[in-house]
Amino acid sequence: MAAETQTRDLVIIGGGPAGLTAGLYAARARMDAVLLEMLSPGGQVLSTDLVENWPGDVEGVSGFALADRMRAHALKFGLEIKSQEVTGLRGEGKLKHVRTPDGEVKAKAVILAVGAQPRKLGLPGEALLTGKGVSYCGTCDGPFYRDREVVAIGGGDTAAEEAVFLTRFAKKIYLVHRRDELRAAGVLAERVLANPKIQVLWSHQALAIQGQGKVEAVRLKNLKTGQEFDQPADGAFVFVGTAPNTGFLRGVVDMDREGFIICDRTQHTSLNGVFAAGDCCSKLLRQIVVAAGEGAVATYAAQRYLEDNHG
Amino acid sequence: MSDNVMQVTDDTFEAEVLNSNLPTLVDFWAAWCGPCRAIAPVVEELAEQFAGKVKVAKLNVDESPKTPGQYGIRAIPTLILFKEGKVADQITGAVSKSHLEQAIQKQLG
Repeated sequence: MAAETQTRDLVIIGGGPAGLTAGLYAARARMDAVLLEMLSPGGQVLSTDLVENWPGDVEGVSGFALADRMRAHALKFGLEIKSQEVTGLRGEGKLKHVRTPDGEVKAKAVILAVGAQPRKLGLPGEALLTGKGVSYCGTCDGPFYRDREVVAIGGGDTAAEEAVFLTRFAKKIYLVHRRDELRAAGVLAERVLANPKIQVLWSHQALAIQGQGKVEAVRLKNLKTGQEFDQPADGAFVFVGTAPNTGFLRGVVDMDREGFIICDRTQHTSLNGVFAAGDCCSKLLRQIVVAAGEGAVATYAAQRYLEDNHG
Repeated sequence: MSDNVMQVTDDTFEAEVLNSNLPTLVDFWAAWCGPCRAIAPVVEELAEQFAGKVKVAKLNVDESPKTPGQYGIRAIPTLILFKEGKVADQITGAVSKSHLEQAIQKQLG
């Protein structure tokens, strides 16, 4: 993409549920908007096997299908989507400059919908063995573990969902969780506990991932007894929450300690004219339905901002 | 699918990748994998951008399980850049285009 010369009303950065919903609302409002996404639109939804809590889809909907439908929906109303990575943002005044490897895009308002990615634990051996047994995506890599034994680490919704998904392939899953109860939603926790292939190691912590060239074991510690031991495994799946894709925004907008963007109830960030939506925001719950809702609010708020400041 | 991206299999891997005169980037993927789908357009853009300098190929790990096994691949997408039949660089996960560009440029010297 060549650098653009005209100034856009709105640039949306990121094409997951937050960005695509923001784009849908912007297109319907007939704003001069463009959505920049560096990969295929969809975001983390693409790594979800079955979305069971998108209201109205009673039977559930595959992550692929939902991402496609959201994209098609925004395109139907004329949203422009460009394949473009974003590397920086500046703009204390009325004009925002969105930096890309191919030049700058100028905008009157910006919505940051840059999303998050699975958080790494930072254990010894983890980085070295990534792709060689360490994985952050059960739906991607589960089929490599047919009839094998794996360790999964975590206790939230994603850990529970993915552990159950992995039972389609692996013969045994040791789910390692620091606490003595799962944080996952009740319906998901029930499935974990009812699955004979999953053994939950309550009050255990992973200390290291071990193996020569591939994962062979995970070093665990029983937090109640203090005992340490090696659990043999062919894979180590890490599901311990997410980290925001906000590295390029450091010092530009206010963030919490983990790098999630702080916004007010209108999704406005600390930088005037810059809004944020979805999993990159500092908040209680990261779900598709929340991201979509915030995307709609962000566009509406951006519209009001433009009327007040650029009218 | 871009004309610049070649499909390779277990049967054609040696001839098309290991014995290739050009450095060859192989995208190990599968239909079930979301991040593989996410990175697909980036791979196509790279194929166009480096046409004549780097060969770009895709290998479906479902249809050709032998080759990913040989390279110990247990996560996808994995992109391996082969140079003179050897692994010059290996990247796992859906990364940005500029990240891949840098990896390729480094090998082109």
